[in-house]
Amino acid sequence: MTVYASHSTAAPRPLLLDIRNLQVRFYTPEGTVYAVNDISYKVHEGEVVAVVGESGCGKSVSMMAVLGLIPRPPGEIAGGEALFMGRDLLRLPEDDMQSVRGGDIAMVFQDPMTSLNPVLSVRRQMTESLRRHANMSPEQARDRAVELLELVGIPDAARRLGDYPHQFSGGMRQRVMIAMMLACNPSLLIADEPTTALDVTIQAQIVELVTRMREKLGMALIWITHDLGVVAGLAERVIVMYAGMIVEEADVDSLFDRPRHPYTLALLGALPRVDRRRDSRLNSIPGAPPNLLVEPRGCPFAPRCEYVIERCRVERPPLMPVSPTQRSACWVLAGGEGNN
Amino acid sequence: MATVDTPITLATGADALAPPLTFRQMAWRRFRRHRMAMAGAVILILLFVYAFGGGLIFTAERANFTDTSARLQGPSAAHPFGTDTVGRDVLARTIQGGRISLMIGLMAAVLEIVIGVVVGAVAGYYGGVVDSLLMRLTEAMLIIPSLFLLIVAARLVGGSVTWIIIIFALTSWMYVARIVRAEFLSLKENEFILAARSIGTPTSQIIFRHILPNSMAPIVVSATLAVATAILSEAYISFLGMGVQPPTATWGNMLDGSYNYIESAPWLWIFPGLLILLTVLSINFVGDGLRDALDPRSRNV
Repeated sequence: MTVYASHSTAAPRPLLLDIRNLQVRFYTPEGTVYAVNDISYKVHEGEVVAVVGESGCGKSVSMMAVLGLIPRPPGEIAGGEALFMGRDLLRLPEDDMQSVRGGDIAMVFQDPMTSLNPVLSVRRQMTESLRRHANMSPEQARDRAVELLELVGIPDAARRLGDYPHQFSGGMRQRVMIAMMLACNPSLLIADEPTTALDVTIQAQIVELVTRMREKLGMALIWITHDLGVVAGLAERVIVMYAGMIVEEADVDSLFDRPRHPYTLALLGALPRVDRRRDSRLNSIPGAPPNLLVEPRGCPFAPRCEYVIERCRVERPPLMPVSPTQRSACWVLAGGEGNN
Repeated sequence: MATVDTPITLATGADALAPPLTFRQMAWRRFRRHRMAMAGAVILILLFVYAFGGGLIFTAERANFTDTSARLQGPSAAHPFGTDTVGRDVLARTIQGGRISLMIGLMAAVLEIVIGVVVGAVAGYYGGVVDSLLMRLTEAMLIIPSLFLLIVAARLVGGSVTWIIIIFALTSWMYVARIVRAEFLSLKENEFILAARSIGTPTSQIIFRHILPNSMAPIVVSATLAVATAILSEAYISFLGMGVQPPTATWGNMLDGSYNYIESAPWLWIFPGLLILLTVLSINFVGDGLRDALDPRSRNV
C-alpha cells in the first residue's frame, strides 16, 4: 500500500518530517565517535515508520538529535537538517524547541521504570505539559489527564492520578508515559524501544495500545526497535540502520519478502522461528559491529558480509533504488541488478 | 487499613495489598521509631515555646530592665535564674536571647541553603565551564578558616542581627553547594529528566521542580545541622565580643558577660550554656533521625 516517498510522483500524504544528511558526532576522551553518518529519510503525516538496528547503530541518537536532546558537549550535530512542517529543528532556538517537544513531537522512552520522576505524582507530571502547551487551567488539565489515563487503559483513573510512579507496575507506567506523551495531540510520536524493558505479554499490549492510539489520533509514528517481530505487525515502512548509516529502506512487505541488503538478510536469518527444530542453534551474524571511533570508509558492513567485493572496502555505497518502494545501500545486491 | 472489597480472602502477607504508603508517610514512620530524634524534636519544640511563647510575657523591656539594687543575685523566687552584673533578670534575658539566637540559627540556615542550592544546582546541572568556575569559588571559600572569616567580617560590618545572619550564610554555603552539586550530577543523567525535557519542560522547571525534590533528603539534613552550627557560631563570635551587641541579649553574648564571674556567679553562664547545649544537641539528633528517615534506600518501616 505504501507509496515510496522520494520516488513517487504524487505523494498521498503531506510530508511531516524530512531529515536530510544528518550527522551526529560525540567528542569523547577516546576520540571522536561517528554516531550518525549522513542519514536522510522522510516521514509523512499519519505514517508508521520503524527504525531497526542493533544497539549503538545510531537509531536513538538520530531521533534525539532531531528533538535537540543530544547533550552538547560532548555531542555535536555536524551537519544536515531536519525539516518538520517546514521548520529546521536542528537550527531552532531552544525556546521554540521547547514548544515543539511535547507539543508537536513527543517521545516515549525505553524504560518506564526510570522515565517517570519518582518524587512527583503522576498528576503533576501529566498536567505539566497540558498547562504549558495547551494553556489549560489546573482543573481542565486534571480532567484531561483523567481522560487520557482512561484512554490508555488505566483502571480507576481518577483515583490513580494522585499516585506516585512506584505505585504503578512497569506496564502501567509505560501506559502513563504514553498518556503523558499523547497529552497535547502531537502530530508525531517517537517511540524509542518502548517495549524492550517489558515482558512479552505486556509488550503486546503496549504495541496494541500505541497502534490504537495512532489510529484514533491520526499521528505519525516512528518506532525504534531491534525487534523485527514487532516491526512486521506494526510498521508500513522500515528503515534498517547499521553503524550510523541507513543500509536499507523499504515497505514492510518488500523488506521481509525480498531484503536487498546483506545486513537485513542476516538480521532476518537471525530471527528465532517457530518452525525450526528445537535443538538447532540460533543463527547469528559473525563478527562485531564496527568501531565508531574510526571515520567510516567504504561499506561499514563489509568486514562481516558474505557477499563482499573489492569495491565495498573502498567506496561507501549510497542508498540506491531497487524498486519504487525499496532502496538499499549495497554494491552487490542493489547495484548489480538493472538499476545501475 | 483500607479494605479491599472483594470476597477473596487475603493470604498471609497480603497486607502488601493495602495502599502503599507515600514517601512522607514512610519517612514519618521511620522518624518516629528513632527515639533520640523524637526526644530531640520534642525538646526543640519546647525550646521554641520557651523562647517565643515566653517572650510574650518576658518582653524585651523586662529583659533589659536594670535594677542596680539587685546585682548578681543568685536564683530566687523573684529571679528564678538570678540576676546579672547590672541587676537584669537572667530568665527574661535567656528568653529574649533565645528568640534572637534561634532566629539567627534559622534565618542563617535558610539563607545558607538558598545560596548553596542555587550554586550547587547551577554548577551540577550545567557542568562544564560554569561548574569549574563555581566549584573553584566554592573551594576558595572552603580553604579560608571560617572562624577567622567570621571574626573579620563581624569586625567590618558590626554587630547587627541582620549582618550576622548574612555573614554566617556567606561563610557556610559551600558544604551545601557541594552536596547539591553532587546530587545534581547524578540525578540529571536519569531518564526521567530526558523525558521531562522531551515534553518541553523549560530548564528552570527541570532544575527546581524535577531534580531538586529528588535531592531534598540531604538538603533537609544539612539545613538542620546548619541551624545548630549557626547557633554555635553566634556563641563563638559573641564570646569574642563581636556578635550581637548588648543590651540586646543572645545566648552567646550572655556567656561573654559571665566570663569574669565563672566561679562567683555560675548562674550567669549555666543557664544560657545549658540552653545552647540542649538546642544544638536536639538539632543534631533530629538531623540524625531525618537522615535515616529520608534515605529512600532504607525501606525498613
